[in-house]
Amino acid sequence: MTTGAVLMMIFGLLLTWGGAAVCIFIALKKRGL
Amino acid sequence: MQRENWGSRVGFILAAVGSAIGLGNIWRFPYMAYDNGGGAFLIPYFFALVTAGIPILILEFSMGHKMKGGAPLTMAKLNRKWEWLGWWQVLISFIITVYYVVVVSWAINYIGFSTTLAWGNETINFFTGDYLGLTGGPFEFGGLQPTILITTISAWIINFIVIYSGVKSGIERANKIFIPVLIVILMIILLRGITLPGAAEGLNMLFQPDFSKIADGKVWVAAYGQIFFSLSIAFAIMITYSSYLPKKSDIVNNAFITGFINCGFSVLAGIAIFSILGFMMGQSGGELPAKLSGVFLAFATIPEAINQLPAFQKTIGVLFFISLTFAGLSSFISLNEAAIAGITEKLYKPRKKVAAWYTLFAMIISLIFTTGSGLYILDIVDHFVNSFGVAMSGLVEVILIGWFFKIKILKDHFQPISDFKVGIWWDIAIKIITPAALGITAIMNFANEFNKPYGGYDKTALILFGWCVVVGIIILGIYISTKKWKNVHIFDYYENDDNGEEV
Repeated sequence: MTTGAVLMMIFGLLLTWGGAAVCIFIALKKRGL
Repeated sequence: MQRENWGSRVGFILAAVGSAIGLGNIWRFPYMAYDNGGGAFLIPYFFALVTAGIPILILEFSMGHKMKGGAPLTMAKLNRKWEWLGWWQVLISFIITVYYVVVVSWAINYIGFSTTLAWGNETINFFTGDYLGLTGGPFEFGGLQPTILITTISAWIINFIVIYSGVKSGIERANKIFIPVLIVILMIILLRGITLPGAAEGLNMLFQPDFSKIADGKVWVAAYGQIFFSLSIAFAIMITYSSYLPKKSDIVNNAFITGFINCGFSVLAGIAIFSILGFMMGQSGGELPAKLSGVFLAFATIPEAINQLPAFQKTIGVLFFISLTFAGLSSFISLNEAAIAGITEKLYKPRKKVAAWYTLFAMIISLIFTTGSGLYILDIVDHFVNSFGVAMSGLVEVILIGWFFKIKILKDHFQPISDFKVGIWWDIAIKIITPAALGITAIMNFANEFNKPYGGYDKTALILFGWCVVVGIIILGIYISTKKWKNVHIFDYYENDDNGEEV
């Protein structure tokens, strides 16, 4: 894979699943799921 | 009648995610990204998620939660003159559900076909000829296809059992199975895909960024369209689902989690699909498969790829079509729930009774899509309902609520109960960005339609299955809204009457 493609794939995964993970962490800390 | 509640916060999130994750995440997003700048598409896509997708999710979650009703009741509580908008959205869900069920039924059939690789080497011919019995045009019905008919009825029965069992015991329980299994299966397919020879080439096609495309307005319209259609917004679903949240439930964080997981699933599906397409290209000397999106990607290109796999062909086939079935079923159930909730509240009849009659009626209507011309009719209805139904009802929703309702009332409702607060960006997103994005989308859709009628179909078919349907459901929505609510006290309360437990 090209460097550009690898970076964009990581960018996509980080932003979505990373975003979800941060929000779930906040939820767990505040009142749980 | 006592209003049901979700049993847990995770149950609500999984149901909302289950509704949002549908067939489009698997067969639409990957091609949209590939066709609109590859990795660079992710930038307008995420921008659209944060400026339109999540803000509208927050809006719909807060409306349903505050007003405690399905879309028609919620709209009527916001303003009695807006009830028709709720019915319009319910009818959009109804129209989608009667053809969506048939696609789910195809996926169910293909689980069976995978066990013997029944499609052979001519996958397109098998799909359109042997399986669908596709006729020469939309008006050559060609009779009901028994194989499709049986699985369509089965899908309706599954849906009925889930909805009949209730919000907590039915919808929540089903999604607690569907979504984790779906994600695990996708991961298995993804791992198989990226370990295939040629996968890197496919991933380059999907992610290699062409940043010059970001300057192209059409790419932004495509990004907003993808976000809008994939989050189940303006379908009456999210309003209905959030109405089952107990009093002290979070709104904002739930919207963020739903939006992020939905888009994360799309990215994973893109990796799985394009690594398999890259493998196929390697097998065919660099030639790109003809069908890269939509039903033909799922039911012709993927089976062709499965044929070429070095091992575990049948297992991967079964897993892929189970994932398609689960993604479809969870969305299908949510579409029906949106309609059943609206009807139940209007008629003030027992939910189970409404579910039974609704299922019978909708199942009969859906039979037209199991005929030999089903794919043509499905294609036309789907195009018109999405382009001129969902997009337009979303536009009307954000204009009415953003500009003709004090959205501060909703903001004051969800800010204190949410895990974190939203700033002024939410107001700007609802009042300016989403109406502008949806307005441009609507203008472009109309311009495209009048410049070049859709799909090369004849005018009569487009008028009957396209324009008549989209205009008809608006008129019907207005008509239903003129009828009285059977429960005269339904507007007496605005606040939740549950036990106030946190979920």
